[in-house]
Amino acid sequence: MSDKQEKLSEEDFKDPYEFGFETDIESDFAPKGLNEDTVRFISNKKNEPEWLLDWRLEAYKRWLVMKEPDWSSVRYPSIDYQDSYYYSAPKDSEKLESLDDVDPKLLETYNKLGIPLKEQEWLAGVAVDAVFDSVSVGTTFKERLKEDGVIFCSFSEAVQDYPELIKKYLGSVVPSTDNYFATLNSAVFSDGSFVYIPPGVRCPMELSTYFRINAAGTGQFERTLVIADKDSYVSYLEGCTAPMRDEHQLHAAVVELVALEGAEIKYSTVQNWYPGNEEGVGGVYNFVTKRGDCRGDNSKISWTQVETGSAITWKYPSCILRGNNSSGEFYSIAVSNNYQQVDSGTKMIHLGNNTSSRIISKGISTGKSSNTYRGLVSIHPKSKGSRNFTQCDSLLLTNQCSASTIPYIESKNSESIVEHEATSSKISEEQLFYCQQRGLNEEEAVSLIVNGFCKDVLQKLPMEFAVEAQKLLSVSLEGSIG
Amino acid sequence: MSNNFLNIKSLSVKVDDKLIINNLSLSIGRGEVHAIMGPNGSGKSTLSNVLAGKDGYTIVNGAIDFSGEDLISLEPNERANKGIFLAFQYPVEIPGVTNINFIKTALESNRKYRGLEPIKPGEFLKLIKEKSKILGIPEDRLKRQLNVGFSGGEKKRNEALQLLMLEPSLAILDETDSGLDVDAFKIVADTINSTRNKDNSMLVITHYQRLLERIKPDIVHIFVDGSIVESGGPELANEVESDGYERFGDAK
Repeated sequence: MSDKQEKLSEEDFKDPYEFGFETDIESDFAPKGLNEDTVRFISNKKNEPEWLLDWRLEAYKRWLVMKEPDWSSVRYPSIDYQDSYYYSAPKDSEKLESLDDVDPKLLETYNKLGIPLKEQEWLAGVAVDAVFDSVSVGTTFKERLKEDGVIFCSFSEAVQDYPELIKKYLGSVVPSTDNYFATLNSAVFSDGSFVYIPPGVRCPMELSTYFRINAAGTGQFERTLVIADKDSYVSYLEGCTAPMRDEHQLHAAVVELVALEGAEIKYSTVQNWYPGNEEGVGGVYNFVTKRGDCRGDNSKISWTQVETGSAITWKYPSCILRGNNSSGEFYSIAVSNNYQQVDSGTKMIHLGNNTSSRIISKGISTGKSSNTYRGLVSIHPKSKGSRNFTQCDSLLLTNQCSASTIPYIESKNSESIVEHEATSSKISEEQLFYCQQRGLNEEEAVSLIVNGFCKDVLQKLPMEFAVEAQKLLSVSLEGSIG
Repeated sequence: MSNNFLNIKSLSVKVDDKLIINNLSLSIGRGEVHAIMGPNGSGKSTLSNVLAGKDGYTIVNGAIDFSGEDLISLEPNERANKGIFLAFQYPVEIPGVTNINFIKTALESNRKYRGLEPIKPGEFLKLIKEKSKILGIPEDRLKRQLNVGFSGGEKKRNEALQLLMLEPSLAILDETDSGLDVDAFKIVADTINSTRNKDNSMLVITHYQRLLERIKPDIVHIFVDGSIVESGGPELANEVESDGYERFGDAK
């Protein structure tokens, strides 16, 4: 970046209001490209403390010498990191005039999912000035949480209001140097969510960024941190069943969960980013690092995910089972259609004694897509009496798609048990015909069979979410046979 | 109208270039029960699959007319919703889908097709409990995954349950008697027989005369090498029972 630009930016930092509304809009974009100044710009915009800026800069320096990973099965043209914007305030993203400007296919999906018109406008990025019910719902909700001492706010707010918690836990599960995409996120993360549950508190409601209107969480470089203090419990829902209009091609989010002694975190995700069109053009590249640390004894972390979106999914929500008797779970449904590529799975790292983990993965491939389960179960020498059970099932709907299961199993002591089961099957014509003979059309039949195939995982989702996820599966698989 | 409820005219069907059904003609009137008897491999199941619209069969000649409509041009689910029900010889397992949910889904798609409102949950429950009881199906089996781990007899009873729930106008029973023990056989046969009325027709495919003792057919057809070689009253079934198919030209 030239000196001239840097000076202009510094001017902006002095007083965001100095240049009035219009100039303010302009200054809400960091100049294109990624360098140290971009990182400083973002940190400054967010009025972050010095230590956090240093943390970001360190990550950035590290990122410069890292190599983009190429060990997974996903293939994509190389990403030009200098050809992107790394910061733009949400209000400045380009708004459409009305739903008439929106891709009709997107609208069709919204209608099928039964999403109200106002929310459709919001999701599609239409400029709306109406006040949503959900906003007021959100407020009531926040007050109720306050009573129990639960903190649930945007990451940026947390940096301002709870700096000591952020300082203590940020990067403690996913270090800023962890991997190429997590490190990039550490340098340039824009916002995300922060949750803290005090000792002994059972969070009185499901926390979600999915009150669809809560925009705070979503973004290109999202960062989420959830801390469950001793003997607390929280269920967190991330995402939204409705596909979001999104101009960003690259998403690199980081999610860190910390469960202290006796605490339990249940983290559920529905990921439905734009998957690209039927020819495989466009779509989000989703490179996510999600990891939970069962730091205390008897703690538990459970990941449940339904993934139907993105052109590329690269994601391995993991559990570090550090505490004795701690347990980790991973329940996953990954759907790939058209030219989507999924390389997803989990890592269960058993460190403490008597730790247990359970992995149930259901991959559904159709179109010309590829769907890989990649998972690591590692039982360390001192992790005595630990157990793992893994079940990976793949269902193929067409002859052009592919499914792979790549389990890595390391057991370094003889007192632990690891079980792995895997099946791969093509949807059976007999099943389809049986359903059709009872009056279901082909799509309804596919949807019924697929939902049956995924039942073990769908059951793990909170009730209301499960219903939406079922609908989403049906919509994602429409026209997938034949 | 009553005479052309189901009209199969000069039907020939191939599977992988092999002629399985050869110039078959058959008419079933409204309210009539027809039985098809024949040796293994004579094409009986092919006929039921073709009527239900299963893929993999090439119709090389002929026409099928159902209730005044060209059946061949309809999708399997359209045929089902228009009242054709096939009780499968080998009912299919669908893991993860409960029996009761499957039957409800089927009934709903049927009702939707006929322009009816969805059935009230309480009403549905009452109905399915009642029908299960008639067939001696314990309630916990309704909650199990469809046909998964069911014995052969349990699967067949479950087919009969679906028949009772869906009330088709043409029920095709493809060897529904096989796999049933004596007591279950009686219950299933008598229950199916009780659904007979002046509007509903049946096509009963069987090896054995014993089923036809309980579901008394109006007409019995002897099926050999893909076509009907003789038709007659119930006495024809008795003849097969005692003398086999040899007289009808079966070389086996």
